[in-house]
Amino acid sequence: MPPAVTNFVAAAEPAAPEGAPSPIRQFLKARGSGGTADRFFIGLMLLCALSIFGIVLFILTILTIKSKLSLHQFGFKFFVHSGWDPVAGDFGAWPFIVGTLETSFLALAMAVPLALGVAVFLSELCPAKLRAPISFVTELLAAIPSVVYGLWGVFVLVPLMRDSLGPLLYKYLSWTHLFEGPNFGVGLLTASIILAIMILPIISSITRDIMLAVPTSQREAVLALGATRWEMIRTGVLRNARIGIVGAVILGLGRALGETMAVTMVIGNHPEIAHSLFAPGYTLASVIANEFTEATGDLYLSALVEVGLALFIVTIIVNAIARGLVWAVTRGTPARAH
Amino acid sequence: MSTNPFHPPPPPSNEAGLPPPANQKSPWTRVNTARRYVVNHLVTGLAVLSTVAVIAPLVAILIYLIYMGASSLNLAFFTHIPAPVGEPGGGMANAMVGSGIVLGLASLMGVPVGIAAGVYLAEFGRGKLLAGAIRFTADVLNGVPSIVMGIAAWVVLVDGHGFSALAGGVALAIMMVPTIARTTEEMLATVPHAIREAALGLGVPKWRTVVSVSLKTASPGIITGCMLAFARVAGETAPLLFTAFGNQFWSFKLTEPIAALPLQIYAYAISPYDEWHRLAWAGSLVLIVMIMVAVTLVRIYASRGVLKGAT
Repeated sequence: MPPAVTNFVAAAEPAAPEGAPSPIRQFLKARGSGGTADRFFIGLMLLCALSIFGIVLFILTILTIKSKLSLHQFGFKFFVHSGWDPVAGDFGAWPFIVGTLETSFLALAMAVPLALGVAVFLSELCPAKLRAPISFVTELLAAIPSVVYGLWGVFVLVPLMRDSLGPLLYKYLSWTHLFEGPNFGVGLLTASIILAIMILPIISSITRDIMLAVPTSQREAVLALGATRWEMIRTGVLRNARIGIVGAVILGLGRALGETMAVTMVIGNHPEIAHSLFAPGYTLASVIANEFTEATGDLYLSALVEVGLALFIVTIIVNAIARGLVWAVTRGTPARAH
Repeated sequence: MSTNPFHPPPPPSNEAGLPPPANQKSPWTRVNTARRYVVNHLVTGLAVLSTVAVIAPLVAILIYLIYMGASSLNLAFFTHIPAPVGEPGGGMANAMVGSGIVLGLASLMGVPVGIAAGVYLAEFGRGKLLAGAIRFTADVLNGVPSIVMGIAAWVVLVDGHGFSALAGGVALAIMMVPTIARTTEEMLATVPHAIREAALGLGVPKWRTVVSVSLKTASPGIITGCMLAFARVAGETAPLLFTAFGNQFWSFKLTEPIAALPLQIYAYAISPYDEWHRLAWAGSLVLIVMIMVAVTLVRIYASRGVLKGAT
């Protein structure tokens, strides 16, 4: 496209009288049409685009520098050691890693089946009239800030868990040994539920987009063979979209791993590995949110920054995998078909 | 035909090669068909049920928030600063202004860079490996927890200098860049090529084409995309915890701790006082209404086709 213009100008050039540039050339030059302006503009845009790389490298570098003290002191043992005693200067992130994984995967276990159901409903079964309002509500819920979910969790979910849901679980599921010990309302299970609520809209809306990206001809082909609607969805849609759906789930996982405020408000913030889901816990993000401003001493701060570094690297990897999978499926469809 | 998994081929019972009449189907075929239809209805029911099971509580949360917020909101909330512990009344006027300042700073830094990055991706980077890598990095950066941005801003701007509004603005700006870059790119991709070619054909330079034609055509979408990014960071608490830090009083200096609405909601939510809880609900409502307006606007543009795929 751009060469066409230069060709045009170049072709017009010989027509001009010798020596002086043509009137068109002069006119264009007066309007700032020289190649310099263009090159400068493209360079500026490129610089801004490269700043996205810059941000990632910058965060990585300064977090590494700032956590050097703790990296030197504890080495790799930092991530497998389970002590967190700021007074004694003993730091290990294992309880936070366990807490993060427990809450995230529990949240996924609750959210994924429901999110898949919603996505199937929205993309395949829903009457056209209902589709827009339901998508709208899900988007709205995805936009509610974390701290507001936390507020709701503290005043609605925690009492509910303490007074009705918790005792019920204890009564019927205590044989699993997962629901033991005192139930304060705050704890791993409450945090997982709130996480599930928060990641549901994201997983379901991405899954819906991916399912809508499956060509209609696939559906028609399967239906033409005499399949029922569910068989069509299973063999024609879900099987084609499975890589993307896995990507959406991993994207939800990335979100759950890094979710901070709502979890901090309901998890109980206790750095110990518990065997009961009622027990309070801690996650990587919530320990930073909770202790960073109160941290005294270089080693303490450096240990917290290292927790942040670990969180950064893990979420980068998880998100890269997820994006790769989602892209593999939706590539070629124009700008996320709706 | 024998590969059709849904209807096994009819037994070759009649010489004409026609399918057997319905009443001659084997009982197994009939049972199989019945099973398939039952499964079909069962799964359809499950999908509907899960949608209801998801939408109903979510809507209930939304209504509950609006109800609690509306019943706690009063004029003092908008005009007063927080009251000392034990005193009734007080509001979040300083937090709202503080949020405005921090978000203004963030937009000032994040929006131009984000739009420029989007322009590069859409106008100059089509099909280039570098643009693909930047696009991918932006998407990945979108998923990085906001608290990490907070630590980064803390290391650079707070450590040794003290908490400041500026640090909060930088942390939020970092979050805005990838989001705005991607929406801008998608908006620019919807601008028809013919318009650009018309401008270039008139001898308009490339940069002028981008600014006056592409960006102008896509501007409603880009503005809404920016609003969406704005709404997203408006509710962020984690990156402000140790950058803007919060303040119980008025503050307009960029180098001093400043109050912000989400921070104030967090501080009040975990406090033991009923009066403060009430203010937290009111603050949540204000925050949600702000975000809802932005999302609704985006939705309206999206349904007009200006903003396809930005939501």
